[in-house]
Amino acid sequence: MNTLEIANLSKSFGGVRAVDAVTFAVRPGEFLALIGPNGAGKSTCFNMINGQLAPDSGSIRFADREIAGLPSRMIWQLGVGRTFQVAATFVSMTVVENVQLALLSHAGEIFRGWRPVARRHRERALELLGEVGMREAAERASRELAYGDIKRLEFAIALASAPKLLLMDEPTAGMAPRERTDLITLVKRLVVERGISVLFTEHSMDVVFAFADRIIVLARGKLIADGDAKAVRENALVQQVYFGTGKSFERKRELLP
Amino acid sequence: MTVQSLLFQAIDGLAAASGLFFVAAGLSLIFGVTRIVNIAHGSLYMLGTYVAATIALRFEGALGFWGGVILTAALIGLFGAVIEIVLLRRIYRAPELFQLLATFALVLIINDAALWIWGPEDLLGPRAPGLRGAIEVLGRRLPTYNVFLIVIGPLVLLILHLALAKTRFGRLVRAATQDREMVGALGVNQGLLFTSVFALGSLLAGLGGALQVAREPASLLTDLIVISDAFVVVVVGGMGSITGAYLAAVIIAEVKALCISIGTASIAGVAFNFSKLTLVAEFLVMAVVLIVRPHGLLGRRQTVMRSLAEPEEPLRPAPAALKAVGAGVVVALALTPLLARSQPYVLVLGIDVLLMVLFATSLHFIMGPGGMHSFGHAAYFGLGAYGAGLLVKWFAATMPFGLVAAPILALLGALLFGWFAVRLSGVYLAMLTLAFAQIVWSIATQWGELTGGSNGILGIWPSAPFDIRSAFFLLTAALTLLGVLLLRRLLFAPFGYAMRAGRDSQLRAEAIGIDVRRVHWIGFAIAGAVAGVAGGLFAFAKGSISPETIDVGRSIDALVMVLLGGIQTLTGPIVGASVFAVLQDTVMRQTEYWRALLGAIILALVLLFPAGIVGGLARLRLRLVRP
Repeated sequence: MNTLEIANLSKSFGGVRAVDAVTFAVRPGEFLALIGPNGAGKSTCFNMINGQLAPDSGSIRFADREIAGLPSRMIWQLGVGRTFQVAATFVSMTVVENVQLALLSHAGEIFRGWRPVARRHRERALELLGEVGMREAAERASRELAYGDIKRLEFAIALASAPKLLLMDEPTAGMAPRERTDLITLVKRLVVERGISVLFTEHSMDVVFAFADRIIVLARGKLIADGDAKAVRENALVQQVYFGTGKSFERKRELLP
Repeated sequence: MTVQSLLFQAIDGLAAASGLFFVAAGLSLIFGVTRIVNIAHGSLYMLGTYVAATIALRFEGALGFWGGVILTAALIGLFGAVIEIVLLRRIYRAPELFQLLATFALVLIINDAALWIWGPEDLLGPRAPGLRGAIEVLGRRLPTYNVFLIVIGPLVLLILHLALAKTRFGRLVRAATQDREMVGALGVNQGLLFTSVFALGSLLAGLGGALQVAREPASLLTDLIVISDAFVVVVVGGMGSITGAYLAAVIIAEVKALCISIGTASIAGVAFNFSKLTLVAEFLVMAVVLIVRPHGLLGRRQTVMRSLAEPEEPLRPAPAALKAVGAGVVVALALTPLLARSQPYVLVLGIDVLLMVLFATSLHFIMGPGGMHSFGHAAYFGLGAYGAGLLVKWFAATMPFGLVAAPILALLGALLFGWFAVRLSGVYLAMLTLAFAQIVWSIATQWGELTGGSNGILGIWPSAPFDIRSAFFLLTAALTLLGVLLLRRLLFAPFGYAMRAGRDSQLRAEAIGIDVRRVHWIGFAIAGAVAGVAGGLFAFAKGSISPETIDVGRSIDALVMVLLGGIQTLTGPIVGASVFAVLQDTVMRQTEYWRALLGAIILALVLLFPAGIVGGLARLRLRLVRP
């Protein structure tokens, strides 16, 4: 059984079909990249899966359950974790408290009002921070962190709910090349250990071709390719959308004397 | 009621709509461009009435009146420009809350200035020369002046509309309303644009006030009445939309006219006086509109402005020094009755201070950690006070029952109002909470049979053993301590963290499964219940409760107390409320012009000490520790 199955998913904004009858699946334990040029519909697709947007039509099935149109917190409760393109943490809290809060929410303890947070799930939170290499920074205010460290913290928060599927929207955006490889290596190692399936979007082709098990390509809202790195790289349609055909200049050349 | 009288009231309502529109249009323009909700807009209107009346009385005749109207509009416009240059320029980048407070400070200062210049008596202007007659409409007499107002409202709307659509200035105003930062990035002189928009808005307010002189006397009470009407109009019409402002002004004026013309009607056998609904009607309209269209009838979602407030430090458990101070305070409180043997007034003041501490702490609970800037926290204080008072009045209940009823009624009110409030944020939340507080206040004022109207309820005295003041003091101290510690405990527990998480990043909080609205709703209700305890105790401490003790002034006092202490600290509201209550008792009772003094304190806070007393001390310590 596939972890996530998407069938005929569509969403329009005004007259623009941002996502147009897209169908694909994420297999168990798969590291699946969703790529495409700017405006291809990647983010719209993502936001429908994580519940931020309701699709116009189509179905999203996760763990044998229809999740299209559910609020994002319910989708999270079912076992879909996520990280944001522009990393978001709770800036008024320390690093370890950020992770503790995710653990508390996962344990259904958000509405508890007596025993302080400081004494709840602290060990487990530190353990998770240790796994992403942030153990030393546990007591720092999360707003003081460097951007790469915020990304790591976000990843630890995402792992806290022990998800079956992780949605990562441009996990390495805004990072230096070296940091980028370090982070994605870490992510891949930890999700493989845990058997988590990952769907991620990414602009860095180095990261995509080096790490993705499989790649799907969106262009103008439509799915145009699906396959491994080699197949996608050699796909004529993909080459066309990424590099163009050069045809836009041909006519002008003809007009020249 | 006949169809004719209904139609007549509807036509007359259009005259009132024009008056509302002038103020609301200016307020809306100013908000659209500068993103400042100018609470002092009603004060500019009030100044307009006084200035126009003064001119018309000095220079009699048509020239004195009509020339005075034009001169007044110009003078108030100029005054607006001065305010913008001297004050507002310094706070464009401050958090929203501080902007609201700064303009509220102006309200206080302008009101006292008017009191100083024109005295406490209402000032009656002459009637409009040339428009003193009346015409017959539907068999009734409609004053010619009202016909003039009915015409001039849409006329000004048309002029404004053309100016915004066709001129360069209008294009800039519309562009800035859509995206202020972009307009700045394109090299437009923002200073000039903002000043001229503020002047134009003030001019409209002055014009509205000046035209009103022929109908009503100038009064010191106009500022707050007009501003709350104008707010409702702007929020209903959509912030920044001029046409929306006119539409909303008409709707509200018509709903009021309808209430008046229905008069007393019988619903299911119970006689109900609809004309009493007029005070609440506009707020009901606003509540409905905000729920159906959160950005008003013709408004659109505002572009999110970057918040420039300094981020908060993580919450740390109280250090040993603070615990020691706390223990010291508890001991001091327990010993106070001994001291009071020689100075009995200490107990009276002490009870006041304690109640304000409890009230301010409950507001801080939702304002700081919850990020919900309630401008109507007095509603829950009032519900508590009236909950206790009504039980005593109607069922001759003793104090224990009254003190149980207080938080329950406040809790129910907060659950009801909070359900709506947590669906909004920022300025809209502030306005909606203010509207709810006005509703509570109106009910207390108007439902005379139940609440005793503006006289309130008398004879709410504590029962034994608390009828001795020192015992009542100890009870107040114990309940305050309990409330403050409970709220503090909650903030350190998962619930408090969830509240802060929803404030820090709603998207992130939802993404880890936190139902932010529900968390904030419950937080709002808890804060309401605690404010209710303070209100209940207040009623027993004073022996009476009246509408004026729960009006908008009390809501604003609470905001000032929280900010005075520092919104980003947990001890802030305690220190702020104590200092404020003592100041109010000592300094403010010494002068007739205490409003201006309070205004000056607020301005000093906003401009010089945005972190408050405790926040300022903490920063000072940081600077000393880490040179």
